[in-house]
Amino acid sequence: MSLINLSALWKIVVFGLLAGAGLPAIFAVGLLSLSRGPKTRTAGADSEAVVGGSLAGMIIAAVCFLVVLAAIGWGIYEVYRIGHPAPAK
Amino acid sequence: MGNDVVLGLVVVTALAFDFTNGFHDTGNAMATTIATGALRPRIAVALSGVLNLIGAFLSLAVAATIASGLVDTKLVTLTVVAAGLTGAIVWNLLTWFFGIPSSSSQALIGGVIGAMLAAAGGQAVKWHSLVAKVILPAVLAPVIAVLVAATGTWLLYRISRSLTSGGRNHGFRIGQIGSASMVSLAHGTNDAQKTMGVITLALIANGTLPANATAPFWVILTCALAISLGTYVGGWRVIRTLGKGLVKIESPQGMASQSSSAAVILLSASFGYALSTTHVATGSIIGAGLGKKGTEVRWNVAGRTVSAWALTLPAAGIVGAAAYGLASAIGGSAGVIVDLLILVAVSAVIYARSRASKVNHTNVNDEWTGVVTPAEPQPIAAA
Repeated sequence: MSLINLSALWKIVVFGLLAGAGLPAIFAVGLLSLSRGPKTRTAGADSEAVVGGSLAGMIIAAVCFLVVLAAIGWGIYEVYRIGHPAPAK
Repeated sequence: MGNDVVLGLVVVTALAFDFTNGFHDTGNAMATTIATGALRPRIAVALSGVLNLIGAFLSLAVAATIASGLVDTKLVTLTVVAAGLTGAIVWNLLTWFFGIPSSSSQALIGGVIGAMLAAAGGQAVKWHSLVAKVILPAVLAPVIAVLVAATGTWLLYRISRSLTSGGRNHGFRIGQIGSASMVSLAHGTNDAQKTMGVITLALIANGTLPANATAPFWVILTCALAISLGTYVGGWRVIRTLGKGLVKIESPQGMASQSSSAAVILLSASFGYALSTTHVATGSIIGAGLGKKGTEVRWNVAGRTVSAWALTLPAAGIVGAAAYGLASAIGGSAGVIVDLLILVAVSAVIYARSRASKVNHTNVNDEWTGVVTPAEPQPIAAA
């Protein structure tokens, strides 16, 4: 057994970047789409409004948020599956 | 069968350690959430406590590493476990007092290995596993966390640059709640297992369980409750260092740092690495600071933290070894009892000292003035 498990290391880096940076980025795209539209264009710079009122924007936002939620759900399921190995047959 | 009174004391001490692990690490999940105002302090610690409880039942992959992977279980005695826990708790309380986000896991491993060395010498420790499964991950994990969080932060600001600053902060504060919840879940999954491993080790040492046993259900349940309660109490000193001290953080950075922490902790745990959630969380917060130009990263705080990390294994180990030496000089059950009485006394002194310079949910977000204790105590600050 070598000291560094390179295959585990690169998986942690790659999947870490996908889940740890990619998912929040998709969330950000959702946020951006959500804010497209007339309501936020007229709001001031200090306004906390994030819903712009464009239908297309809201649909894209919903898809983004669903992707993030699905990825989280799948991640939790994987952790559970790996942490509770089926008894050997 | 061994000595059931001593076994009982060791189990209680292990649960006490689990409690300190909880409150030492509340900040890993919730510090940035509290600092940006995404959640009120009391709500944040309650949410984190509940999710830690759930997380503790989610996976049992790491418990095995601690129980059988690092020391020769045939040579472990109850005295070794008690002395190791003494070292771990003392180091956890000291670092909490100074508001240093150090690793509870490393303290535990250091304490047990120190006691083991004093009891049975170098051949009782699996050095190769220690380096491969504990020390190298401890060095690599924060580096990976810095990389992931910096990338995430850069992406978030890049994507959201056309949003108004008010709208951006509002949106990402909601994202922060989700990502902080994931870190809390990951913490329960990762850290509660370490105490489960140690209690299992004690049960094996006492002859109550066979050598290759896994944690019984009552052990899983009590560990889950202890870490959850500790998290709810909230280690406000460490929360303050992580949320206000290291980096002056905004909500997109908070979300990026927590997402990075959750991803790195859960991925590593599924590979069976008993890595430190604290190292990962600290690395992520620094990464979030580096990912946005012009963010103030307080390198003196970061430097002090990393120095404490380097000291954790040896310091907890020395206390663990000394506790073993004392217990075996006195001998038998009396030795273990004297150790634990000293531990209670030391804990009481540290707690009493902490009362003099209180940090709690009312002043945790006060402006950072270079030390963990806010400059002016504010008795009626807004919660």
